[in-house]
Amino acid sequence: MSDPIYWPSFFFLLFAGIACAFAIAVVVSSNIVRMAFYLVMSLAATAGLFFVAGADFVGSMQVLIYVGGTLVLLVFGVMLTSQDRFISMKTSRFELGMAAGVGACLFLLLLFAAWSVPEWRSLSREQVDAIALEPTATPLGMALLGARVDAPESPDVAGYLLVFEIISVHLLVVLVGAAYLARAKRKGSAIAE
Amino acid sequence: MAQFLIAKDIWPWLAYTLAALVHIFLLLNLVAVGALLFIWMERKVSGRIQDRLGPTRVGGKFGWLQTLADGIKLLTKEDLMPEGADAFLFKLAPYVSFCASLSAFMAIPFAGGQYPFVALHMNVAVFFIIAVLGLEVFGVILAGYASASKWSLFGAMREAAQVVSYEVPLGMCAVVPVLIAGSMDLVFIGDRQAGGFWNWYVFHDPFTFVTFWVYFTCATASVNRAPFDLAEAESELVAGFHTEYSGLRWSFFFMAEYGSMMAVSLLASILFLGGWHGPLPIGTGLGLTFENGFWFGFAGNVLGTANILLKGIIGVTVMMWVRWTLPRLRIDQVITTCLKYCVPIAAMAFLGATLWQYALPNRVFFGLAEMRPQSYAIEEVLPNRNSQPADAKPVSVTAELNRTNHRANIASLD
Repeated sequence: MSDPIYWPSFFFLLFAGIACAFAIAVVVSSNIVRMAFYLVMSLAATAGLFFVAGADFVGSMQVLIYVGGTLVLLVFGVMLTSQDRFISMKTSRFELGMAAGVGACLFLLLLFAAWSVPEWRSLSREQVDAIALEPTATPLGMALLGARVDAPESPDVAGYLLVFEIISVHLLVVLVGAAYLARAKRKGSAIAE
Repeated sequence: MAQFLIAKDIWPWLAYTLAALVHIFLLLNLVAVGALLFIWMERKVSGRIQDRLGPTRVGGKFGWLQTLADGIKLLTKEDLMPEGADAFLFKLAPYVSFCASLSAFMAIPFAGGQYPFVALHMNVAVFFIIAVLGLEVFGVILAGYASASKWSLFGAMREAAQVVSYEVPLGMCAVVPVLIAGSMDLVFIGDRQAGGFWNWYVFHDPFTFVTFWVYFTCATASVNRAPFDLAEAESELVAGFHTEYSGLRWSFFFMAEYGSMMAVSLLASILFLGGWHGPLPIGTGLGLTFENGFWFGFAGNVLGTANILLKGIIGVTVMMWVRWTLPRLRIDQVITTCLKYCVPIAAMAFLGATLWQYALPNRVFFGLAEMRPQSYAIEEVLPNRNSQPADAKPVSVTAELNRTNHRANIASLD
């Protein structure tokens, strides 16, 4: 009755492989719209990883914000502004070296961080199977309002209300600024131009 | 279904594969056969409304052979690609649209109850469907860009601006039923509205009634149907984003379009129109529930599936009716409709529905009737953590919240 293949690992490797392959394709490609497309595939595969991990809310969020929102706007922006020189981007050797250096540093940092968390290591398959799949939306929503129902035993754990507010005010300022910069000129000042 | 097969002592991997194949087969056929039906309906509706003499030489009762003839024509058409097009993206774009449209059906339930008819029973189904339906525009943008034609590019840019704007009020409207039901689970939302049309959320209060019409307007716009079909305005842009497409690739765009129309209509019927529950509780009255045995419940679910499909088809028909009745808007009018009318109305309706729910909880039909006790706004059951003894009942959010607040108070006193 046991499975010949351990399916969670299979799907993890599948989605991780897709994400990595398309991430490399983004770097290698020189056509900017294709880059955007590869980025979409990479981010969508990341959403798949979230779904495999049972975080359906975060996965849907990834699809809505990154794949559906940001990338559509990115391609839209490229189409609006694309001149001949933007269609194909040539990176100089120096930029390539810089990017490789920064990327390698970040990779090492993340690798170090990932291996230094004890909860993320040494889980046997039985332990993993014992973890019940729980709905994530409600605890996340409550935590956003400041009540960490996922950690009732430790009242010191803060909710995300303050962080959320800071980010929203920041975004509001950005939006107002963008609207100010992009506003239509008044008729009176149009003569001067 | 997979659990059902596993219970019958089938290997889990085989059970999951079989269940997945059945789901894929059914959903794919729903989209593909649905597209055939809708193309036929589109001809009939437009013929009736605009007094158009459709094709008269193709036989079949009511001209049903015409759709098949169309299919054969599309299959045998030459697959053209313009010079200077980005071949890879050009070929890929129809599939991106179609996949996005099809994936939305994954999370749509067709019947509820104890064993819902749904390919993927998600806790956040509303959110997932809205997220995935937003991806369809990506295929359109790629098609417009990769075609190397200015008509395509204009069409795609209009579509991008339009869809990105209309997602905002669409999401706001979809939140209102979520607010009333207290869950984003579509199976749950549908089953809250059981027992007659007076329980449907569209009649819950005046604000949900307004919200429904705003939702339907925004849904029409977000699936790019007339009067919002700026992206393929044939009088200005030849055919918009699919100008350069022919044959099967072109028909993939249309399957995607009809698929999304069906998806937003099904979502509307689940969120506002009672989903798989008919206007009168006939199925429940005949005892077709899971309490009376599995096969009774199954028959009830089949009836419910017919019900929701009928509602979805009615929604699509209304979209066609609107398309052949109203003239096309200008792009500035489209954006004005969204940002100056739909968004504020949706926001006010959201606020109003919140206050209504606060002032008159557990009432339905504009507050005139009592809500069935089993449809009260839920307190979602949270998993109990190791702080609880193993035999304790799962605690509700409110209780947990009270406890957390209590602890916070104690902590602040210290």
